[in-house]
Amino acid sequence: MTAIETNSSGKVKMTARDVKVFYGDNEAIHGVNLDVIENEVIAFIGPSGCGKSTFLRCLNRMNDTIDICRVTGSIKMDGRDIYDPSLDVVQLRAQVGMVFQKPNPFPKSIYENIAYGPRLHGLASRKSELDDVVESSLRRAGLWNEVKDRLDQPGTGLSGGQQQRLCIARSIAVSPDVILMDEPCSALDPIATSIIEELIDELKQNFTIVIVTHNMQQAARVSDRTAFFHLGDLIEIGATNEVFTNPKNKRTEDYITGRYG
Amino acid sequence: MSNFSLIVLLLALMAVGYQLGMVRSRKVATVNPQQKMHSRPHHYGMMVGLWAVIPAFFILVLWTLLSPGVISNMVAAQLPEQALAAEGMNADVIMRRISNLAANFGVVAEAEQWELAAAAYMQQLKSSSALLLTGLIAAIAAAGLFFSYKRIQPQLRARHQIERTVKAVLIICSTVAILTTIGIVLSMVGETFKFFSFIPPADFFFGTTWNPRFSTTGVSEGSLTGSQGSFGLLPLLSGTMLVAVIALLVAIPLGLMVAIYLAEYAPAKFRATAKPVIEVLAGIPTIVYGFFALVTVGPFLADFGASIGLTIRATSALTAGVVMGIMIIPFISSLSDDIITQVPKALRDASLGLGATKSETVRKVVLPAALPGIVGAILLAASRAIGETMIVVLAAGNSPTLTANPFEAVSTVTVTIVNQLTGDNDFASPQSLVAFALGLTLFVITLLLNVVALVIVRKYREQYE
Repeated sequence: MTAIETNSSGKVKMTARDVKVFYGDNEAIHGVNLDVIENEVIAFIGPSGCGKSTFLRCLNRMNDTIDICRVTGSIKMDGRDIYDPSLDVVQLRAQVGMVFQKPNPFPKSIYENIAYGPRLHGLASRKSELDDVVESSLRRAGLWNEVKDRLDQPGTGLSGGQQQRLCIARSIAVSPDVILMDEPCSALDPIATSIIEELIDELKQNFTIVIVTHNMQQAARVSDRTAFFHLGDLIEIGATNEVFTNPKNKRTEDYITGRYG
Repeated sequence: MSNFSLIVLLLALMAVGYQLGMVRSRKVATVNPQQKMHSRPHHYGMMVGLWAVIPAFFILVLWTLLSPGVISNMVAAQLPEQALAAEGMNADVIMRRISNLAANFGVVAEAEQWELAAAAYMQQLKSSSALLLTGLIAAIAAAGLFFSYKRIQPQLRARHQIERTVKAVLIICSTVAILTTIGIVLSMVGETFKFFSFIPPADFFFGTTWNPRFSTTGVSEGSLTGSQGSFGLLPLLSGTMLVAVIALLVAIPLGLMVAIYLAEYAPAKFRATAKPVIEVLAGIPTIVYGFFALVTVGPFLADFGASIGLTIRATSALTAGVVMGIMIIPFISSLSDDIITQVPKALRDASLGLGATKSETVRKVVLPAALPGIVGAILLAASRAIGETMIVVLAAGNSPTLTANPFEAVSTVTVTIVNQLTGDNDFASPQSLVAFALGLTLFVITLLLNVVALVIVRKYREQYE
């Protein structure tokens, strides 16, 4: 099943062509073709087990950490194949950040959580520069005012929503081009969720955001384009209001209207 | 009947009671179909079995504890007065002779006529006591079985009784463990106080000379350092610490590297084989390590030292420490490996997702998160090293001198305890009693170490969760 690209305007950031993912002998994704446009929010929706998270994790090669996982096809970022053996996966992940389903701050202070990435990549050589990076990352994640007086306290002591914003700030701190979000709000309450959704809206000015979500209202609210996955196939992709108001595929329509999933 | 066969009989009775109870409860259930049984059949069975055995068992224990005293009092009461007066012996000695005669052990010197008579009387009392006990137990067990059997009714709460019994058994078991610890401490405290009646505590804890003068009477032959010899703890303590520190210096880096490799880098198949193999190190008898140190490591270190111009004795703190370090590697590697494996994958993913390499992730995220557990593992290994005996007996050189030079022979607290207790010293002499003071000191040190370990672990846990 090949998806049809519609309404793609703007500069293409990442392209995926005929991407297949295998777990051992089991083919989890059957040839996905998809473009990610710069500075857009693209949402992947679909029922559980449809492969949307697996595909997301191909975009920064997080699947490498799973021994039995194998990826074929091509994924390019700015025209460069990210699965090219000469490419350093560490560099790739610095450019393509990731926010996970469950908030996973390090068991370190709030400051150290943010400073971790910049230190690794040598983005700040002096303490004052590091302080600036920490402050600006926390500001952009909308967390600065809540934590500025307790930067030395453990990040794990924050509330769930704050922890997730801390994780977003942490990935912003290494100035990636793309941020992957794997169901970032599924462990949060509605108020924390809406704060994160507003944040995503602001972040898209500077970053390209790929978000996986179970929550169709969320996809409708935050994304510019939506891709619908089902059983390892990309069924439909298009502008979000198109997909939600006028789906071209029967299965997309059934899923969106709540007939299954 | 002997106590052993009584116990076997009681156990058999318990099995019978169990069966009877089960059968009866099923029958009761069919007789009253409109009423639901409160408990399951095996609960009723167990209840009957326990009622048959537990009261009888208590009687058995009480009887066994009390009857010897009662019997010897009865025998003593009818001993002829003039015989006692003529003998001019201690009553305890006489009673011991009589009970030896009664048990057919025989005694030193000819047995007097009246002694033989008393022994015969004692034998007779013993056999009737055993007979009485058997009868009593049979009666009580039968009564317990019968009445609990009769009580089986749909509304009888057998399950509650069983659960209470199980709870009581659990409490008794944990009490045994705690009481044993208290008993060990008390027995050492008593002897230690006896020792301190010979030697002032300050001389023991702050003395810098260890020279306990071998004496079988507790009175010194020489008079160089007072009448008792010197019992300074410091040389032994410094030796213990020196050996333990060397052992930890060997074991911590090696053990941690092994743990990190096994947990983070090794393929699952290799890990499954390597981990048990490394754990074998902890299972080797320590005396074998002692041989290894004495025959192989010591001479090797001495030769090696000679080749680089260092004087290293074959039996030294270094030899003992290195070999002990090898022995405690698995304590550190195995526990740390478990702890590192338990660090959530989400943390690793977070670090890798930020573009950290694997080794950066291990050093900066995984190890700090696992630190409390690792510290616990190290302290456990440390108390093992401090209490270790056989390796140091063979390989440390047994020379109680106050030194910080690892190439010298030293002695440790444990070695000295062995030395003081294996001679033919009088057990009331300070030369023997000092072993208890040393043992208590060692116990307190390891206890403190464990407390410190707990405090550290708790502190880090607060910081990291």
